[in-house]
Amino acid sequence: MQLWLIPLLPLAGAAINGFTGRRTSKTVQSMIAVGSVLLSFLWVIKTLMALMPIEERYVEHYFTWMASGALQVGVDLAVDRLTAVMLCVVTGIGTLIHIYATGYMHDEEGYYRFFAYLNLFMFFMLVLVLGGNFLLLFVGWEGVGLCSYLLIGFYFLKKSASDAGKKAFIVNRIGDFGFSLAMFLIVVTFGTLDFPTVFAKVQELPVEHSAGIITAICLLLLVGATGKSAQIPLYVWLPDAMEGPTPVSALIHAATMVTAGVYMCSRSAALFMKAPIAMDTVAIVGLATAVLAATIGLVQNDIKKVYAYSTVSQLGYMFLAVGLGAFSAGIYHLVTHAFFKALLFLGAGSVIHACHHEQDMRHMGGLRKKIPHTFNVLLIAALAIAGFPFMSGWYSKEEILGAAHHHHMWMYWVAWTTAGMTAFYVFRSIFLTFFGEYKGHAHPHESPWTMIGPLYVLAILSVAGGYVFNIPHILEPVFHGIVPEGHTEHSMADMILGTSPGLIGIFLAYIVYAAKPGMADSIKESFSGVYNLLYNKYFVDEIYDATIVHPIERTSRNFLWKVVDAGIIDNGIVHGFSGSAFNFGGLLRHLQSGLIRNYAAWTVVGVVFLLSALTALGGGR
Amino acid sequence: MNLLDLVIAAPLAGFFLTLALPKSNASLIKTFTLIYSIAVFAGSLLLVGTALDRPSAMTWVTDTPWISTPAIRYHVGMDGVSVWLVLLSTFLTPLSILLSWKYIDHRVKEFFAFLLLLEFGLVGVFVSLDLFLFYVFWEICLVPMYFLIGIWGHDRRIYAAVKFFLYTMAGSVLMLAAILYLYNKSGTFDYPAMLTMMQTGKLSLTHLEETLLFLAFFFAFAIKVPLFPLHTWLPDAHVEAPTAGSVMLAAVMLKMGTYGILRFCLPMFPNSSKENANWIIILAIVGIIYGALVAMVQPNMKKLVAYSSVSHLGFVVLGLFSGNQWGLDGAVYQMLNHGISTGALFMLVGFLYERQHSLEIKDYGGVATPAPQLSTVFLVTTLASIGMPMLNNFIGEYLVLQGAAMINIWWAVFAATGVILSACYMLWLYQRTFFGETPESVRHHMHDLGGREWACILPLVALMIWMGVYAQSFLPSIGASNKTILDRTTMTTRAEVANNGR
Repeated sequence: MQLWLIPLLPLAGAAINGFTGRRTSKTVQSMIAVGSVLLSFLWVIKTLMALMPIEERYVEHYFTWMASGALQVGVDLAVDRLTAVMLCVVTGIGTLIHIYATGYMHDEEGYYRFFAYLNLFMFFMLVLVLGGNFLLLFVGWEGVGLCSYLLIGFYFLKKSASDAGKKAFIVNRIGDFGFSLAMFLIVVTFGTLDFPTVFAKVQELPVEHSAGIITAICLLLLVGATGKSAQIPLYVWLPDAMEGPTPVSALIHAATMVTAGVYMCSRSAALFMKAPIAMDTVAIVGLATAVLAATIGLVQNDIKKVYAYSTVSQLGYMFLAVGLGAFSAGIYHLVTHAFFKALLFLGAGSVIHACHHEQDMRHMGGLRKKIPHTFNVLLIAALAIAGFPFMSGWYSKEEILGAAHHHHMWMYWVAWTTAGMTAFYVFRSIFLTFFGEYKGHAHPHESPWTMIGPLYVLAILSVAGGYVFNIPHILEPVFHGIVPEGHTEHSMADMILGTSPGLIGIFLAYIVYAAKPGMADSIKESFSGVYNLLYNKYFVDEIYDATIVHPIERTSRNFLWKVVDAGIIDNGIVHGFSGSAFNFGGLLRHLQSGLIRNYAAWTVVGVVFLLSALTALGGGR
Repeated sequence: MNLLDLVIAAPLAGFFLTLALPKSNASLIKTFTLIYSIAVFAGSLLLVGTALDRPSAMTWVTDTPWISTPAIRYHVGMDGVSVWLVLLSTFLTPLSILLSWKYIDHRVKEFFAFLLLLEFGLVGVFVSLDLFLFYVFWEICLVPMYFLIGIWGHDRRIYAAVKFFLYTMAGSVLMLAAILYLYNKSGTFDYPAMLTMMQTGKLSLTHLEETLLFLAFFFAFAIKVPLFPLHTWLPDAHVEAPTAGSVMLAAVMLKMGTYGILRFCLPMFPNSSKENANWIIILAIVGIIYGALVAMVQPNMKKLVAYSSVSHLGFVVLGLFSGNQWGLDGAVYQMLNHGISTGALFMLVGFLYERQHSLEIKDYGGVATPAPQLSTVFLVTTLASIGMPMLNNFIGEYLVLQGAAMINIWWAVFAATGVILSACYMLWLYQRTFFGETPESVRHHMHDLGGREWACILPLVALMIWMGVYAQSFLPSIGASNKTILDRTTMTTRAEVANNGR
């Protein structure tokens, strides 16, 4: 089936633009960048058609990447329905965002560099979802992190951008630390990294031997996932990542890369299902992140920051689903979220483009008339994420709420409240941006068709995607036999209850930001303590800096380097020892007189010593 | 006289030939040494095929008497590990010569001659199968490096050179004593013969003897690695050395220590190696973390890379003493990786130095704008160095950590923090050097990579990718050689047990 073409096409695009971009025109660069991803998308479609109905896993082995002792790691690409879903999302949304970016980035310096990175990202993301073993998944995993680093820091003249890129990379590295330890334990336990072998062996393992180690493996995988998918405690990089160009935020930091953790946990469902403690941890981490990020999102003024925290929150929702064993619901939300969150970001990009790089919503307002197309699509996206009935987000959120309802009522109510907050902050952004009076100084203009076109496609998907793509049904064969068959039917009353927070949130946002302007400020005044806490994101960055980053740096500089290295080892021991034994200073002066004669004398002394020693030994025998 | 003998002897001949050239004609000297060293590299490439056919045994063996009393033999050969280290030496020598093309402007003849002498010593170290011969080559390496630092180094070159010399000598003396002691007991310097005697029980060491001998060898090797806390010569040597010296020092000379441990300590003293593994592993892990933390706060680029070497070499030692196939394979692979990626880092720092005449990070900033190609290559090298998958270091680090996890997951936990920290110090260095607005003082000097510089760095970048994507070009032969060493270790242990039981 030539699966390798799927990732290699974007890689080729990246290579061509990377090497020749200095000499080619922007049109050529755009055609290469968009074309390679589009071809990859078409190849995905063709492959999936040919493989239908993909009830079995289809594998292609290319070559052995490394082999040592009993461990063999091959470059294997594999497709099952889970991968198929991911492939469609990644290449489909990827193509749309590439097209959009040709418009959005048109006047930027380093156009070809941007697309080389973006194509490279596609390569690694596709390796991530196609990889047939943990290590190949990890290749994609680290690779997308690299591209994220490069693209967040795309405007590298700005210190804030290069700081944000570095932060993203390092925080992700902390997650990857967990992921690698999980792999070591997997190899120690199962002797291989191949998905099917590991997942088959875990079924055979006697529970009393395996519970501890499987729990450890799953918790470590979770550490990896919290890094990549921006969950507590490693979510701090994602809001900063908004320093990158907006198409990057849409593709990498909303639709695809950040969902890799959800994909990885779902891929490892067989392991997680054997580790109930880890499952509970996943659910709680997800839920806590969903709430925390949503509360922060309520008060941010930067339109991209609002959507960034929203992404963190929605990812928390997906992890909640995963932790509850509702893997397919998690992936369902991953897919619909990819539609509407990509749309939200791209729409926001269109707004920012229109307002000449203004991102602060306090300087917007009244844009509904000025950029009507952008308004239309953003409204659709907002309705979808708020869970307005029969929009895409509604279906997936219902699935997750249903799963929570089934497990723990308290989780259900927390998730329910979060859904309300989601609707509130998203519509807050809509009202602040598009209603009322325009408060900025630019002359907003509608974006070109290369940007608006993809927006409408995504808008259609955001409306109908949930109904058309019945992900839980599609994924049934993947989780069959791993996850116990749960009845997902819920009553009309549940459905109405689940729909209500979204509607309530929209309504409240309307009251506060549209119907009664000024109400927001009075609320802010009366709850200024809470407001400040939220506005400053619970001071988590500051706490991390004060408790981890600065102490490490200070200890390294003032103690390890200056005291241990220079003081104790060098001045104390080395100089002390050599000073007394060889009269270091005197020797220095002698050698400094620097003539070959001296060195020759030294050598002669050495040779004489050796020969006499040998003769003594030889003679002694 | 086979091809290997030629490859060993050629650099020495080249050394003398270079010395015979007229002093005044610098370009002739450079051209001659470059072509000559490329020819040596080509010759060493011809060795590979045979060595890879039977990697578990020694090939290209020559074994003839050298000095009759005491019986010192010229016994050389290569297996699947040493072949790559020889290749690393012969590969980096021409690059170092090319690297110094413009930079070296005084005492040109001696400089290039010394590089060839260094090559002679390095190749000899990696193929010697006679303990005394090994010692001779070991010491020969010391001489040219001492001069490279002491004559062509920066301001504090004499201090650094003497420190380097004394440190290494302190270890070598102990190793020499151990070698002589072994000779006294066995009557031979011949390494395979000695191993056979140990296996058959003809040569048996008491527990105390084995421990002391092990420690004597290990101490000499550990200084060279360098293992924490014996590392403080390294930053000074690197900072003061000329670029080519730093490259050869980091890329090849540090491997003499780890190679010595693999070739001599583990097979000859298997029991001591096992008994002492724990504290050595702890020192290795301390070195990994300590080196990384100290690297993070260095204001000087070369010092930063030097401390990062302490961290990286910690991984190698960790792998060597994990005592399993993964650890050993990873360790050897990591030796080569470190040679490639840190060699490249020193080269790139050298390029920056030649432009800006400073090694202080604060004197840089915004280099990416005037020199995009240099920045890209530096980024790829940085990524290789911090273990990005699909580049070389990842595979070595992965195998080492997997090997460590096999004996104790906590070793892997602590050691793996070094992987996080490596990202911190390298990306911070990269940010401060290459990102941001370009100050006028930088823009003025910072031209992009030239043809000669590309010729130096491109082979290394190609290798980073090759070794990262298709490790199977290298790992099978390394694995086969390591398996022989591992088997011997367990066999010797059994023989010892049998002896003790008798």
